[in-house]
Amino acid sequence: MAILKVRRLQKSFGRTKVLRNINFSLEKGEVLSIIGSSGSGKTTLLRCLNSLEFADSGEIIVNGETIFDGGDPGQKRSEKALREKRLHFGLVFQSFNLFPQYTVLDNITLAPKLLKKGTDEEIKKTALELIESVGLKDKVNNYPGELSGGQQQRVAIARALALHPAILCFDEPTSALDPELTGEVLKVIKGLAEKHMTMIIVTHEMTFAHDVSDKIIFMDNGVIAEEGAPEILENPQSERLRAFLTSF
Amino acid sequence: MDFSEQFPIVIQSLSIGFLQTLKLFGITLLGAIPLGLIISFGSMSKFKPLSAVVRVIVWIVRGTPLMLQLLIIYFFPGLVFKNPIWGGGEEGRFIASAVAFILNYACYFSEIYRGGIQGVPHGQQEAGMVLGLSKSQIFFRITLLQMVKRIIPPMSNEIITLVKDTSLARIIALQEVIWAGQAFLKGTQGISGVIWPLFFTGVYYLAFSGLLTLLFNFIEKKLGFFKA
Repeated sequence: MAILKVRRLQKSFGRTKVLRNINFSLEKGEVLSIIGSSGSGKTTLLRCLNSLEFADSGEIIVNGETIFDGGDPGQKRSEKALREKRLHFGLVFQSFNLFPQYTVLDNITLAPKLLKKGTDEEIKKTALELIESVGLKDKVNNYPGELSGGQQQRVAIARALALHPAILCFDEPTSALDPELTGEVLKVIKGLAEKHMTMIIVTHEMTFAHDVSDKIIFMDNGVIAEEGAPEILENPQSERLRAFLTSF
Repeated sequence: MDFSEQFPIVIQSLSIGFLQTLKLFGITLLGAIPLGLIISFGSMSKFKPLSAVVRVIVWIVRGTPLMLQLLIIYFFPGLVFKNPIWGGGEEGRFIASAVAFILNYACYFSEIYRGGIQGVPHGQQEAGMVLGLSKSQIFFRITLLQMVKRIIPPMSNEIITLVKDTSLARIIALQEVIWAGQAFLKGTQGISGVIWPLFFTGVYYLAFSGLLTLLFNFIEKKLGFFKA
């Protein structure tokens, strides 16, 4: 059974249709990369999955549970229900969004502690393991302002993982980084792929998308213009994807 | 009476006046700091009629002199409704002054808060949301301290201005420190025609605003451990 099914998702901002009939599914342990030019709806799609935006119609089903149904106006949109739905997903932002007043460790433990996901010692132990796994053992007690962009993004990944999301989403995780810092972040994501973490990655790094993904979706103007195995990047079937790829 | 005899008399009189100044200062902060937060939420409300009304009130209060507001608040009930709700005497004048100062400063504070709240990047809230935190957890554990850090410099400005603005209550004869110093011009307690007590009131203001400056520098330093 697919871990994620998205059906007929539609979303407009005012008169602009940002998502038009988006359908796809994802198996557990798969890595999906979403590519496409700016304004094609990639980020909006991620934000709908994470309930930061709400689609106008369509369905989002995680592990068989419908977490969004545009056809059911009576569905629970209470804060509590939303919070539970959001926890199926993790989201790593383009601009990291670490909490500046907390150390690396506290950034990671804040939510698990507030959500009572274990004892303080358990939470701290998990957090330290995560920090080590992203290679920042020596930065545990530093503040985000003292870290490079690449280091901050690795902390953000650890922070998202601390809540054990079923699906981890990345919104252009390296777009705000200097070129020499993207490698260290991509390496962490690659490591997660090797451990079969289910991930959805919005990215402009074509080589990376090719190497790490099981599946690629190319979005153009709010629709999925082409999808398939990573090989579509070498051998695009649609004219639009071909044109997009030559711009790199 | 020579200077050494005058000095203790003047100091005692000024100190009593300054106590009234401090009282007005303290009560104003106590009222205006929370009221300002309510006003700022009102002006940011998504309910348009509410935010419009609040913004007009803020515009009027910030756009007219505090001295005018003091006079109107003090005299209006008595002269228009024949109902001098503040009562006569020093206590009545103090209450009227406090009302005027709290309203005036709350409006200024509300704009500072608004800037502070809107200045915290929206991504901070969203990061809290995707981590499954509640609105109040996001406000108290994530946004609040960043907001406080942002508003400390403009708030310290306003609060030091407030120290000196309290002297405006002199216009309705509140017996604050300048009123006390001025009394020695005309003559009181056997001392008259001397200007130095008036100069000396400045020392009180300087000392107190100096103390506040140190306090705010300390707070800024305390919050310097993170960049926001």
